[in-house]
Amino acid sequence: MRYACLIYYHPQTLFGGSPQANAALAECAGYDEVLKASGHFVAAEALVLPEEAMTLQVRDGKMSAVDGPFMETKEMLGGIIVIEARDLNEAVRVASGHPLATIGHIEVRPVVDFSQPRPVL
Amino acid sequence: MSVAGTHACLETVYRTEARRVLATLIRLLGGFDAAEEALHEAFAAAAEQWPRQGLPANPYSWLVSAGRFRTIDCWRREARLAGTLPELLALSEQIAEPITPEDIADDELRLIFVCCHAALAPDARIALTLREVGGLTTEEIARAYLTPAPTIAQRIVRAKAKIRDEAIPYEVPDRNQLPARLESALQVIYLIFNEGYAATQGPSLTRADLCAEAIRLGRLVVDLLDQPEAHGLLALMLLHEARRATRVDANGDLVLLEDQDRSLWDRGLIGEANGLIGRALASRQVGPYILQAAIASIHAEAARTADTDWTQIVALYDVLGRVAASPVVTLNRAAALGMRDGPQAGLTAIEDVMAQGSLDGYHLAHAARADMLRRLGLAEAARASYQRALDLTRQPAERRFLETRLDQLAEHRTLRD
Repeated sequence: MRYACLIYYHPQTLFGGSPQANAALAECAGYDEVLKASGHFVAAEALVLPEEAMTLQVRDGKMSAVDGPFMETKEMLGGIIVIEARDLNEAVRVASGHPLATIGHIEVRPVVDFSQPRPVL
Repeated sequence: MSVAGTHACLETVYRTEARRVLATLIRLLGGFDAAEEALHEAFAAAAEQWPRQGLPANPYSWLVSAGRFRTIDCWRREARLAGTLPELLALSEQIAEPITPEDIADDELRLIFVCCHAALAPDARIALTLREVGGLTTEEIARAYLTPAPTIAQRIVRAKAKIRDEAIPYEVPDRNQLPARLESALQVIYLIFNEGYAATQGPSLTRADLCAEAIRLGRLVVDLLDQPEAHGLLALMLLHEARRATRVDANGDLVLLEDQDRSLWDRGLIGEANGLIGRALASRQVGPYILQAAIASIHAEAARTADTDWTQIVALYDVLGRVAASPVVTLNRAAALGMRDGPQAGLTAIEDVMAQGSLDGYHLAHAARADMLRRLGLAEAARASYQRALDLTRQPAERRFLETRLDQLAEHRTLRD
């Protein structure tokens, strides 16, 4: 099964210059290779800060877009890694090896299997 | 070997060897996380090398070596970075791989005993055993238990953290500890079986899978450990399994033992169970599982309900009551007494045990009492007891059964009026 590992962190903590944060950032660069070597890697992207982003919507056929969201004090989504794992526990174990797990939080979400029925809410 | 052939072969090896390889790697590498990573690495290496080099003569040894080698290699790299190379090198040198089949069996037993350790919460023992010993995925366990996957995943994560933090030893219990530790392991297996057997709600296929998995685990323990109670549990599960197809009708309604089509009972399973009971009884160490299996075996051997040897069943309940006294055992004995000596004797015995109070909330106690009253023709009192049983259960098939009994009593009254 495939799982998306959504990496969240406080920008102030991650880019605040602490030795621990700097060490984690240094390790991040090579982490794709670790996942490729173990055979779990599917895709990964780190995201720039949300000030560089646009948020859009289409209503009544009209698109509107605004800049941002702007950085707040809360944690933000900073990266997405998609992995292949046997089950949720293996995905959690693999995600726990990511350097940023020691600085922020990682949400592990199963990727939708479209052969399954939609959720009933 | 073709790509498809290699893939199928790897799948087969995964099913047969992954658990044993993991069991050994946990011991060699000192923990679940490192071992699971090594197991994954080992199978990744196999997928890469076996198509070129062919299947190794001993896949288990090959996978253990590959997993161990890659992990130590990784530790060396990390140690070089951290400057702690000498200590880690010393550690990796001490690692010895199992050589004899007995060593491998010991590793498998270590895994079972650590997953079923009494220090872990009962729910966690079940989830951990199904995943680590049974090889089920978190998602499969979640489906079988109608529980969200993250709940199961968290139980497993916490259980492993507890094993690590409390340094629960990875060992086969010594002779003094073995009875208690085995009891805990057998209980986990029986709970898994009962979950699949007793519940009739939810996707029926996955529930049946739990029974099959419990029987597989039961066979594994019997193969690894020659203990009478392990034989007893396996026999008990096989005897239940032999009757499974007949205990629910096409509408999903409960069929009582006395009404089941005995010609459909699986004679092969019953024969296997009887062999196990015979061996277990010959050991002269009589425990609760053997006794329950012996009782189930008497039911299985009776060609018709009327042929059931109730005298022997009551006698076995007497022994069971001495070995493992509980109000439920006393209640079951009382019900058997009602079959041996008639409903009045059964009613008196049931009321005696119910007077002790602990079965007030147990619907089957009220249903058993109602049954004796019904057989004595005391319709009003029977109705009240069936109603009490109905109020106490939410299980759909059991509710339908009790409602049918209540309807029959109402019809009976109408006819009489």
